[in-house]
Amino acid sequence: MCPEQIIELMHEYLDDEITPEQEVVLREHLQSCKECESLFNELKKTVAFVKSISTMQAPDNFTANVLSRLPKEKRSVWMQRWMKNHPLLAAASLFFILMMGSLFSTWNQDKDFSVSKQKNLVVRNNTVIVPKGETVIGDVIVRNGNLDIEGEVQGDVTVINGEKYLASAGHVTGQIDEVNEVFDWIWYHIKKTTQDVLQIFGDQPETK
Amino acid sequence: MDAIVKKRIKQVIKGDQDAFGEIVEIYKNSIYQLCFRMLGNRHEAEDMAQEAFIRAYVNIKSFNQDLKFSTWLFRIATNLCIDRMRKKKPDYYLDAEVAGAEGLTMYSQIPSNTPLPESELESLQLQEAVQKEILKLPDKYRTAIVLKYMEELSLNEISEILDLPLGTVKTRIHRGREALRQQLRYV
Repeated sequence: MCPEQIIELMHEYLDDEITPEQEVVLREHLQSCKECESLFNELKKTVAFVKSISTMQAPDNFTANVLSRLPKEKRSVWMQRWMKNHPLLAAASLFFILMMGSLFSTWNQDKDFSVSKQKNLVVRNNTVIVPKGETVIGDVIVRNGNLDIEGEVQGDVTVINGEKYLASAGHVTGQIDEVNEVFDWIWYHIKKTTQDVLQIFGDQPETK
Repeated sequence: MDAIVKKRIKQVIKGDQDAFGEIVEIYKNSIYQLCFRMLGNRHEAEDMAQEAFIRAYVNIKSFNQDLKFSTWLFRIATNLCIDRMRKKKPDYYLDAEVAGAEGLTMYSQIPSNTPLPESELESLQLQEAVQKEILKLPDKYRTAIVLKYMEELSLNEISEILDLPLGTVKTRIHRGREALRQQLRYV
């Protein structure tokens, strides 16, 4: 039977925790004791066996399977990655969102009553009146109020967020527009912007 | 590599699953091996290894980033395997041993197409013998031996993973090694 403290030293050796002095003691004992030597060799063989089977590979698709079982990703991260992969689309949609946002906010902010300045328009309780027999020259724009046309308007009429009444005697030479919903408002803006842009291009040849 | 893992973990905390995929790639083999050596069954091992990664992902916010990620991950996997071993139900898998037939698995019921070369067969037999003996070890010793020799971790790391004093870990490894020696001495 091998002495307990020598076996302890063998384990210290196998754990790489043996001190040089202890190792000398172990070596000396092993040379003199055949029983301990074979025990030590068996232990070393065991370790070698165990180590020899230590290469295992995870199955194919392991990572994909893990990822498919994860809870859903946060939207913000998904968006970030999407933006990295599609920078141009991201820029375009950002621009679109901002534009929409500004349109919405102008729609919401413009709650004040306003009317284009023409000297013979009469204003009464948020209602703009084109009096009978009078002729208003130029485009009339009414915001957040009603328009009552009893006379004549020589130009376009636009009523934003309000109603217009056209008396039988009233007359408008240009176009009549009523804008009441947000989408109308956006459509109106788009039309106006396009018109402005076209005007810029249209004006250029004249300035030359 | 630790620096890469740290960076990926920060991304994972923000919710980036692609970054987590890279972490899985780094550790999948060692975690799968740990589970396989503990449970002795490929299906269960894959299941537990996946579960370990999923738990790591879900609890990533509770991971202390000053510590080693692998230690934390190994701890999750080890605990899962120990739990699993304790409440193991008799499931039927292809590589489960056939009752009453020592060393025979369901795989051996399926005729193999290609005969294995002799040397490969021998090393396979040795591997199976070693694996079988490891599986016979009591939980405590098996865990310590697998972490030490399969994962080649230091005694300090093992003591952190198992949350045990260094002395206890040493004793378990010594006893495990001795038990294996007695079984494998005539191989």
